[in-house]
Amino acid sequence: MELFGITPSVLLASLMVAAVPILLAAIGELVVEKAGVLNLGVEGMMIMGAISGFITAVHTGSPALGFLGGALGAMALSLVFALLTQVFLANQVATGLALTLFGLGLSSLMGQGYNGIKPPRTPDLPFGPLEQIPFFGRVLFSHDWVVYASVAIVAAVWAVLKYSRAGLILRAVGESHDAAHALGYKVVRIRVLAILFGAAMAGMGGAYISLVRVPQWTDGITAGAGWIALAIVVFASWKPWRVLIGAWLFGGITVLQLNLQAAGSRIPVEYLSMSPYLVTILVLVIMSSGRGRASLNAPASLGQNFHASR
Amino acid sequence: MKRRTLLATAAMGLIALSGTAEAQMGKVKACFVYVGPIGDGGWTFQHHEGLKQVEAEFGDKVETAYQESVPEGADAERVLTQMALSGCNIIFTTSFGYMDATNAVAAKFPDVKFEHATGFKRDHPNVSTYNARFYEGRAVQGTIAGRMTKSNKIGYIASFPIPEVIMGINSYYIHAKKVNPNVELSVVWAYTWFDPAKEADAAKALIDQGVDVIASHTDSTAVLAEAAKTGGKVIGFGQASDMAEYKPSPRVSSIIDNWGPYYIKRVGALLDGSYQQADAWEGIAGGEVLIGEITDAVPAEVKAEAEALRDAIAAGTYHPFTGPLKKQDGSDWLAEGQTAPDGDLLGMNFFVEGITGEIPK
Repeated sequence: MELFGITPSVLLASLMVAAVPILLAAIGELVVEKAGVLNLGVEGMMIMGAISGFITAVHTGSPALGFLGGALGAMALSLVFALLTQVFLANQVATGLALTLFGLGLSSLMGQGYNGIKPPRTPDLPFGPLEQIPFFGRVLFSHDWVVYASVAIVAAVWAVLKYSRAGLILRAVGESHDAAHALGYKVVRIRVLAILFGAAMAGMGGAYISLVRVPQWTDGITAGAGWIALAIVVFASWKPWRVLIGAWLFGGITVLQLNLQAAGSRIPVEYLSMSPYLVTILVLVIMSSGRGRASLNAPASLGQNFHASR
Repeated sequence: MKRRTLLATAAMGLIALSGTAEAQMGKVKACFVYVGPIGDGGWTFQHHEGLKQVEAEFGDKVETAYQESVPEGADAERVLTQMALSGCNIIFTTSFGYMDATNAVAAKFPDVKFEHATGFKRDHPNVSTYNARFYEGRAVQGTIAGRMTKSNKIGYIASFPIPEVIMGINSYYIHAKKVNPNVELSVVWAYTWFDPAKEADAAKALIDQGVDVIASHTDSTAVLAEAAKTGGKVIGFGQASDMAEYKPSPRVSSIIDNWGPYYIKRVGALLDGSYQQADAWEGIAGGEVLIGEITDAVPAEVKAEAEALRDAIAAGTYHPFTGPLKKQDGSDWLAEGQTAPDGDLLGMNFFVEGITGEIPK
């Protein structure tokens, strides 16, 4: 089966891979924003994760440790953000932007001497005979572990936010920090933990770029993926499964337009190149119109600082 | 006393203005604007190597400054203005997209020399342009691609639809077709100079479509990294820089931009007063385009053929665009034995006959 000379199973398989970095970063940012914190430093944390993960993987020879290193590197950077916004009550938008700029610079400094090195390979998981199943074998059983882990994380975040007490508290903090505080919850502590989780996810997303998708280090390797992740959270109206759809849609259209070109499609390239952004705008318009307005459900305390004295 | 000094300075200024030749300078501040990070391992890396060669050549007589990852457009104008104000005597703008910004800022600072890479606009006497004949290297790559492909599908990851890139695609295709009449070319427009993830995706898309030789016109090594994942089935070329870390395969050869000699020449001219507006376009013969080592992943006879082509181009006995050649729409371009004039190349906005894709408008 072919469409415009493209095999759908190949396309689906590559879009799942292409979407992993933005999916991880977006699901992390979703948790952060659900706790009422707007961290615009996703791009900075991703690239810190990319270089920390790369350095760790190169020195230990283990890609799995590389992902851990990436998560830790990004968490270390996010502590700066947590300190400034949660303790010193700095403006979150400005601090987040500063975090991105700082992360880009710091990663470039750390990456000196790591250009042109190849990291250890992350192998695809062996599924044995399952890989031979027509269509589904290629789509579902031909990936590395991070692809499956990222989907599992989305499911876990959804379950925790929807069904667990911890999720309820997190949402309460994001909706009304004063009420949550009055009930005796440690607003700042919960928010710092959410920021750390978001950073770990962004760091793993970054590490996926430098270890698997483009297995090498170059300055600025994330090339704006963090901003797309931020857009996807809004696009998904803060719902975990919609983050997955958003990331796959975005990754899918990016891969599709390249594949269409490679297959010699006569559709003009300009339209293909702008299509991911067009679709984003379109969905945002549809979602915010009419009945959908309520479903935009941004956390009520998003971006507001909290101090217990008030 | 002060007034006298002022008058003397003014008088000297008048003398300098009235003279036709430029005055000698004791010290030159040379500034560079880069479109990507130095660590890209490709285009910007090579320009920065050129900067280092300038420093090594002139030592104390030259001061350098640079700025990385400057976006093409309004930001470039701001950066250029700042550089001109900070005392740069000569500013090299190293990407096509800086063309209008370079000319706009040059108008405001007539005493500062501007050198724009790969462009064609010299609106003011203090703007020079320089470029390298990369299409000569593409001819060598095309020959290797045509001989090496097993699927008869070759790919080209293009950045933007500008003459520079179109020239490269045509040269690559013509020479692949010459040695392998069954060859088909897929072009993917990435619309970026530097975005490793997107470049890797583009390479992956081509590989998924059965392409087994990929040339790229973007700045990072991501394309070779993607080809390396196939375990030798897909080969590619180092672009702008040698990218030797991917030897012997997938990187089977490379085009190396060697800007150092030109930078040394221009800064030297400014120092000794012989500087003049120029439109430089050197190729393999002039040493600006180097062909990186062809590795053993290529059979000896193919290697010999590619090297013979390189030497013929260097000796001036062969021009990569030699007729008979037709445009994509079937109309005539070059007659038998005719070679393409530079004007045709610099304004090239068409594919040659046989390429199936369209150039985005």
